[in-house]
Formats: sequence, structure tokens, C-alpha cells
Amino acid sequence: MKPILEIKSLSKRFKIQHQESYLSLRDKITGLLMPSRPSEDFWAIKDISFNVEAGESVGIIGRNGAGKSTLLKILSKITPPTSGQIICRGRVASLLEVGTGFHPELTGRENIFLNGSILGMKRHEIRKHFDAIIEFAGTEKFLDTPLKHYSSGMQLRLAFSVAAFLEPEVLVIDEVLAVGDAEFQKKCLGKMEEVSKSGRTVLFVSHNMAAVNSLCSSAVLIDKGSMVMKERTQDVITAYESIVSNTAGNHTGIIFLEPKNGVVKRVEIFCDDRLSSTAYMGCKLEIKIHFSNDAPLEFPVLGLIFKDSQNSPLLAINNKHYVGNLIKQPLRDGSISMTIPHLPFFEGNYFVDVHMGNAFKDLQVIRECFQLTVEPMKFSSIGEWPDKQYNKIFVKDVAWSVNDGGHD
Amino acid sequence: MKENEEFIIAPPGKLSLNLVELWQYRELFYFFTWRDVKVKYKQTVLGVFWAILQPLFLMIIFTFFFGRALNVDTNGIPYPLFVFSGLLLWNLFSTGITNAGNSMVANANIIKKIYFPRLIIPITSVLSAVIDFCFAAGVFVGLLIWYSPVVDVTLAILYWPMGIILACVASFGPGCWLAALNIKYRDFRYAIPFLVQTLLFLTPVIYPVTILSKQWMQFLLALNPMYAAIEIFRAPLTGGLNNPTLVVISIGSGVILFLIGIFYFKKTEMYFADLV
Repeated sequence: MKPILEIKSLSKRFKIQHQESYLSLRDKITGLLMPSRPSEDFWAIKDISFNVEAGESVGIIGRNGAGKSTLLKILSKITPPTSGQIICRGRVASLLEVGTGFHPELTGRENIFLNGSILGMKRHEIRKHFDAIIEFAGTEKFLDTPLKHYSSGMQLRLAFSVAAFLEPEVLVIDEVLAVGDAEFQKKCLGKMEEVSKSGRTVLFVSHNMAAVNSLCSSAVLIDKGSMVMKERTQDVITAYESIVSNTAGNHTGIIFLEPKNGVVKRVEIFCDDRLSSTAYMGCKLEIKIHFSNDAPLEFPVLGLIFKDSQNSPLLAINNKHYVGNLIKQPLRDGSISMTIPHLPFFEGNYFVDVHMGNAFKDLQVIRECFQLTVEPMKFSSIGEWPDKQYNKIFVKDVAWSVNDGGHD
Repeated sequence: MKENEEFIIAPPGKLSLNLVELWQYRELFYFFTWRDVKVKYKQTVLGVFWAILQPLFLMIIFTFFFGRALNVDTNGIPYPLFVFSGLLLWNLFSTGITNAGNSMVANANIIKKIYFPRLIIPITSVLSAVIDFCFAAGVFVGLLIWYSPVVDVTLAILYWPMGIILACVASFGPGCWLAALNIKYRDFRYAIPFLVQTLLFLTPVIYPVTILSKQWMQFLLALNPMYAAIEIFRAPLTGGLNNPTLVVISIGSGVILFLIGIFYFKKTEMYFADLV
């Protein structure tokens, strides 16, 4: 049998103009007279080829900006490729977002029909699944309430539920699981497993390696627009982790940021007051960001997100939530630092996203800005260590005591 | 697996209207039109009455100024009826072209996330204007009963639908064009209301074309595709077309704009998601 999807040397080029702005007619007209602004070719994806067999579930992984979303957009016919082609042998439905076309003024019931038909379901199909959809979403009571009165969680549940009842031969899904509470995420994952087990083909993009691992039999790794490999999921995840840690790996504890025009100039990592990106469990960790900006910052905000090697966030902290504004006079440049007295992470590799902002606005977001290696520490004199499998966090200074039974 | 379901995604090739695909997605026409109409009158007290009130009030104002004060000659039909028949179609056109022109940008979030034939969006924008038209047409029927003018029934059966279709064509073609341009150049967002306002005075809505004494001015006016729509729509009341040549010119101009609009839209639609 022929593969259900044949992707043949697919490439997509964007022209990036170096002055980012709305294209206005005036610009176009003045552009006719003056030499055009320098534009640069940017290949979002380049020469990607692979096949997907019917019934296969394939994960697509790669760092941010690797070209995963562009690939999905071409697969979903939203944007055309520059060269190459895809041969599809089945109905493809794509889910690049849950709740596409949801309208806040319409009721839950109306939105189910609208969203369903935008996703390509026929009216009788939606009617057939209607009860199951609302049951899955758990929003029966609010069926005739306008969507704008729904909580964001409820909107999301409703949106995913409609999508869950799509019945195409090929289902293309982009990071829709990155949202919602843990319980609902689990429910969604379960539903997706059901879909892929029922013999349908699934293409799944995610940063959540655990989800990719449990859903997909094989995976494609894309880096900088090119395909690195298509292998068994576990092998691809290992390769991905090594790519990520190669870029983020830097053991000096000081990171200079490129490009130089960002707000964040330099990041320093101190472990027990020594510059080092290798920390150990329970150490005093300080992260110091040197910033400078044209406009003075009235309320500099440093946000840090610590993620494990599977890219699941563990800790997201910022001074806005913890202490508020730290300065009285606006600062054009300076440094802001965060200190955790006892690092609560177990041994392993962690990735840290840095958000630098002013009050409520992010000025710069650096994903996977650096890797933090946490080394084990000695626990007891016996030399036996707690099992890594059961530990994600670490608590320092645990008090233990044993009392006798009170028999004199 | 059926082999005939095979399709290919490739770089843009030759243009095709792909009517088969439009037919496959026919339910979306219904849902988008339904959404537009529903959303438009949500949280309003008067609801669809707005579709009636707008032309009605304009009619009253124009009747007062032009009918009474200036005493415009209208081939013997009462001025309110004359102006309302024009405004009825004009509203269909202006709502249609405005909605269609802004439709792609307004639906940007959908365009960026999912595929369907893009033409559905401007088409449904015009369709929702037709729904408004249907409500306002009720008032027209009321006026016809009130004034009971002499209506040439055979002409009416032929000309009224024709006028409506011409107005749809006149709003859809340029509407598509504007929609595609609007995605690339947001200038058109500001140009559309201005364009529509100006056109109102360049269309024989509130005055008959005979008001213009010079032949060449009448010809110039006939380049406006709405000229034919309104003339034809009024013909059953005025007892026939005043100047068939002008009407033919206007229909021709409408058809050409219609084709250009669709052509430009189809030519650029592949890149909407990249640009919007």
C-alpha cells in the first residue's frame, strides 16, 4: 500500500524585509522610485522529505523556530510551499488551534456548529456527535450562554471537544495540549491515543516530549528548517535533547546575548556566589540579568521559567508576583537578580527561559536561554542515594526524628 | 483506502475557480452567513429592525430635502418611492462591498489557522447583506401598497431580480478586490468608507440621471455598475428603461470589475495567511 502522505523535498521561503512595518501603499509607491529595501531570503523549511504510512502516528519535534509550524501550515494548505510537493491520499483535517472561528457573542451550542463546520465536519456529523461533544466538554449547563461568559478553561474544553470528534483519515495537530488544566490535558491525551489507536494517521507537533513519547511510534526531528531524522520516537527525543543542550550548554556561568540590540545584555549564574552554570542540589542559586534599554524602565520585571529536559515547566517566578517593584527611580540600565537560597531541583538538566519586561509588558523573551546542570549532593553517610525515578524536587534541611514508644 | 482521494499540495500553479471544491464546502456558506447575521444583531434591542430603519430614515431625510425643497423630477413616481427603491439597492451594494472588503482581515484568525476556499468569505459577506435587503424590501412592498403606483408586472418579474443580481455582482467583484488588497495594504480599510460615500453621489439613487444635462456626464455616470442595477430595478415603476445604451455600458462595466476582482483575489489568495 502506498503511504498516506508523501512529502517530497518540500521547501518554503519567506522574504524578510529589514524594516518591519505594515506595508502601506505609500511605501510601495515610494519603493518604485527608490531602490528597494534590503530583503533577505529566509528558508523556513528546506528540502524536507519523508513518508507517513496509514495508521502511523508521527511526532514532529524541534526547537522554537525550527520550522515545525510552517510544515504543518503547508500540510493544512494554509500556505503554499515554494518548491516540492506533498501527495495526500486521504482527507486531512488540521487542528492548528482549538476553537478556530469561535465567536464570543454566539452561544456554546452555536459555536459547536460553527467551529465544527469550519473544521470540515458536515452538519449531520455534528448533530450525531453533539451529545458526546458536550458531555466530553462538561459544559451542558451553559449550552445557551454566550461564549463570552465562559471561563477560558471552559472555552478550551468546548473547543477541544469539538475537535476530538473529527473523523478524518489524517489528523494534524499543533501543540493544542499546551493549555488547560492537568486533568483536562490527560483527558485530551487519552482521546488522542484513542484516535491514533483507531487506525487513523496522526501528525503531532509538541514540545511536550512525554506526550510525544506516549502518543507517537515514530518522530521527525527538524532543526533550522532541515530534517535531521525520522526514527523511533525515543531515539529522536534523545537526539533532540542533545541538540538543545549543545546550544544551551555553557559552563562558565556567564552568557552574552546575541543579537546585541536586545534589552538583556548578559546573564550571570552564581552557585554559592561563584560564577557557574553547574549547580548542585540545595545550593544558593543567583541569576543576574544585566539590561539596558533606550527608554528607562520604571518597573523592571525579571521572569524565569525553569523546565526539565522534557520541556515541562517546573517553576515560573517573577518579581512582579513575588515582591512587586524594586526601584523608585526609573533605570535605563542596570541589573536585576533573583536568588533562591536552596535550589529545590533534583539532579538533572534544566532549561531556563528568561523574560525581561517593564511592568506588564515583556520586552524580551529568551526561550531556553541557558541550561542549568544540577549535580547530586551527598545525602547520608551510608552512601545510598534516593532513586532519581521518584524525585523531581529536592527539599533541603528535612528534620527527622525517631521517638521511642514511651515505655519506661 | 480510495485511491481517487489522492491530492497534491504543490507551489501555486495555474488559476482555477475550483467550483467543485466550493460546492464541497457549501455548508460553510450557510454557517458564515448565519454567523454574520446573528452576530450583527446580538445585544441590540431593535435587532433586524435596524436593517429597515436605516433606509427608512434616509428616505425621509432625502424626501424632505430633495423631494420637497428641490422638487426633483422623478418621471412621475412619488419621490419617497423613487428614493427608497434606489436606497434599497444602494444599501445592498454598500453593505455588501464594505463587508466583503473588510471580510478577509476581519477573519484573519481563521484564515491563518485553517483551510477552506477563501472565496467563501467575501461571498457570505454579500449574502448577509442580501438578508438585510430582504427585511428592508418589506418596507418597499409597504410603500408600493401605500402609493399604489402603476407597476408593469411583467417588467417587475424580470427586472426586480435582475436589479438585485446586478447589485450583488457590483458589490462582490470590487469587494473581492478590496478584500485582497486590504490584506496587503491596510490603507483600504480607510479608503472603503470614503469610496462608498462618494459613490452614493455618483449613482442615481437620490436623483434621476436625467438631471444631468450633458450627454458625456451621463456616459461617465454609466461606468458605475450600480447605475444599471438601480435603473433596472426602477424600470417597472417608470414604465421602462430611459436609456438602454447607458444600462448596457453599466452592466459591461460591472461584469469587467467582477472578473478583475475575482481574478485578483484568486491570484493572491494563496499568500493571504502569510501576509495578513
